[in-house]
Amino acid sequence: MKIPDLTQLALRNLRESLLRNSLTTVGISVGVASLVAMLSLGIGLQQLASRRLVKSGLFDTIIVSSRRELRGMGREEERSGPIPGESRVLDEPARLEIEHLANVSEANPDIRFVSELRFEDKPHLTTIAALPQSAKSNDAFEGMQGRFFTSDSAAEALLQKSFAEELLEKTPPLGAPEPSVSELAKPLIGKELVIRYAQRVAAATENATTQQEEDFVGTSYSVVSREQKLTIVGVSDLDPESMRGPTRAKVFLPLKLAEGLHVMQATDLREVSRAASDQTVYSSISVRVKNPAQIQSVEDAIKKMGFTTFSIADASRGLRQFFGVLYAFLGIFGSLALIVASIGIVNTLVMAILERRREIGIMKAIGASDGDVRTLFFAEAGAMGIFGGVLGVVLGWAIGQVINFGTNIYLKRQSLPAEHFWAVPWWLVAFAIGFAFCVSLASGLYPAGRAAKLDPVQALRYE
Amino acid sequence: MTIVPAVSTQRSTIAIRSENLCRHYRMGENVIRAVDGVSLEVRPGEFVALLGSSGSGKSSVLNLLAGLDRPTSGSVIVQDRDLSKLSREDLAKYRLHVVGMVFQSFNLIPSMTVTENVELPMLFAEIERGRRESLAREALERVGLSARLNHKPSELSGGEQQRAALARALINRPQLLLADEPTGNLDSHTGTEIMDMVRGFNRELGMTVVMVTHERALAERYAQRMIFLADGKLIDDRLNPAAHGGQG
Repeated sequence: MKIPDLTQLALRNLRESLLRNSLTTVGISVGVASLVAMLSLGIGLQQLASRRLVKSGLFDTIIVSSRRELRGMGREEERSGPIPGESRVLDEPARLEIEHLANVSEANPDIRFVSELRFEDKPHLTTIAALPQSAKSNDAFEGMQGRFFTSDSAAEALLQKSFAEELLEKTPPLGAPEPSVSELAKPLIGKELVIRYAQRVAAATENATTQQEEDFVGTSYSVVSREQKLTIVGVSDLDPESMRGPTRAKVFLPLKLAEGLHVMQATDLREVSRAASDQTVYSSISVRVKNPAQIQSVEDAIKKMGFTTFSIADASRGLRQFFGVLYAFLGIFGSLALIVASIGIVNTLVMAILERRREIGIMKAIGASDGDVRTLFFAEAGAMGIFGGVLGVVLGWAIGQVINFGTNIYLKRQSLPAEHFWAVPWWLVAFAIGFAFCVSLASGLYPAGRAAKLDPVQALRYE
Repeated sequence: MTIVPAVSTQRSTIAIRSENLCRHYRMGENVIRAVDGVSLEVRPGEFVALLGSSGSGKSSVLNLLAGLDRPTSGSVIVQDRDLSKLSREDLAKYRLHVVGMVFQSFNLIPSMTVTENVELPMLFAEIERGRRESLAREALERVGLSARLNHKPSELSGGEQQRAALARALINRPQLLLADEPTGNLDSHTGTEIMDMVRGFNRELGMTVVMVTHERALAERYAQRMIFLADGKLIDDRLNPAAHGGQG
């Protein structure tokens, strides 16, 4: 039989038992809808996650450290890389060299130190980190109260919410609702914060000039206690340094300002021989690449220079793996309904064979081959699959819209920004319809075979 | 009735030949010998009636000739084809192109219109739609159903249904028309109409006709030859002098 004739005949046969076939088709569409709903939720969540993560700067950042540092993050690589003693020193020329690598947008020294901060004459000890101006676009500052630094060297500070709570002595007990950022920001913005830190001074030049000097290593450099006044300009709700875990900072300074402070870093102790020179040695450098896709090539280039690198790309591989597993699970759960629906197809078609036994006999008597009968039943199963698939995609999409809408109402009530975590890409539409079609054909396999093998003499005798 | 052209260009002297044809069914412990060693020959263009009481095996012989059933042993050779050696696929092609069948219960598909029923064999023969429609219309006009083209079988009288079935049986221009009690469900007047039509096809188109019936009178009126069956065996085979000269 020709395809158009086959299709027409199949459709007219489906119309003959309209109610039963419609119910079967609805069954398939519910199955497809659940599959589409599950998978589009998974895809939407992944898109949301990657959107967030890309914005957070995690995916385009490589942290570079010298192998002389024992505090490397990529332990695995440390064992396989060059011997720490032979590794290069991470100083300003090295930073410039990295910054001039292809696809690198910037390379900023990672300045991070624990220091005492005085606020309204009360001392607080916390970790302080420097932020480049480019961090302004970081997702973490999206819900920030106040503003970002006016310049790279302004004497200004940004606070993380939890530190703001500490300053105002508003740290909520465990489980109690947290005060809102705006509530915390109001009494803090514009206030003065004094940072007390240990400055590292080259021995020969600075020794005599400072009042509160405190000779530390004698021959090479001195450490001098200093103070710097800062104005609080903003309080951030989210944590821009979430990837750093316990070493994350709670107070942030502009990068140039922080560099100018020459704060004594823990690593300086180990770099005695080199620290004799005036050249700054960085414990680590944050390198931002232009595109997350280029992270691997840049990482390799930096490794060739003799440094240790760490990027979240490894972690993102894990994330992709996680989503792969999530898809598989959601897909399996979604498919369950489709499998149930496919049993419905088998049932409908087996019923149709019983009902149309005589018709099949007639068709065979007037010249239909086994193949004609088989393809006819296949076509009927396939048509139900396609109809069910299309209907199911529409239904699944609608379910998604409703859930998305409902969730956004909830988010709004929680004064959180609306999110789009539901995505039905075209490939999913095509896949769902194709899958429904294939499942239906597979369901038609047995009934079609049975119909094809029907003995026409028996079938015609049957009344 | 001039539309269907002559059936066969190359005419062998024998249209159908069966040799020691057997069809046995197993029913539990018992073997039912529906057809038990039937040997016969039918010449092209002959009109043969298979006569016998019910259970005599006449319908089973017809099914074997139609390629709907396969012999347990023996052979059926139709137009030089040994049906027992054909594959299922080739048997279907044989039914499609060589044989036309009409049944006692008409066997039209109830959900389809008359035209669609007549078109159905051409669907399997993969004839294109436009040609299919015009051929079906022609065939239905020939059997006098041009006013009933889009009616469902249930909207037609028995005679009209059987005429539609005849149109369907002849649509692929078969050489052989097999009729299983074609008048069994019709009153005598309509039955005569149908039989006249069948005889017309036989005479004008040279079509070989094998008709199963239990009505001896009908056979005597139309068939050139009468074959009697009982208990699956051929018991008599004789020419019908009444019809032989061509007068019904």
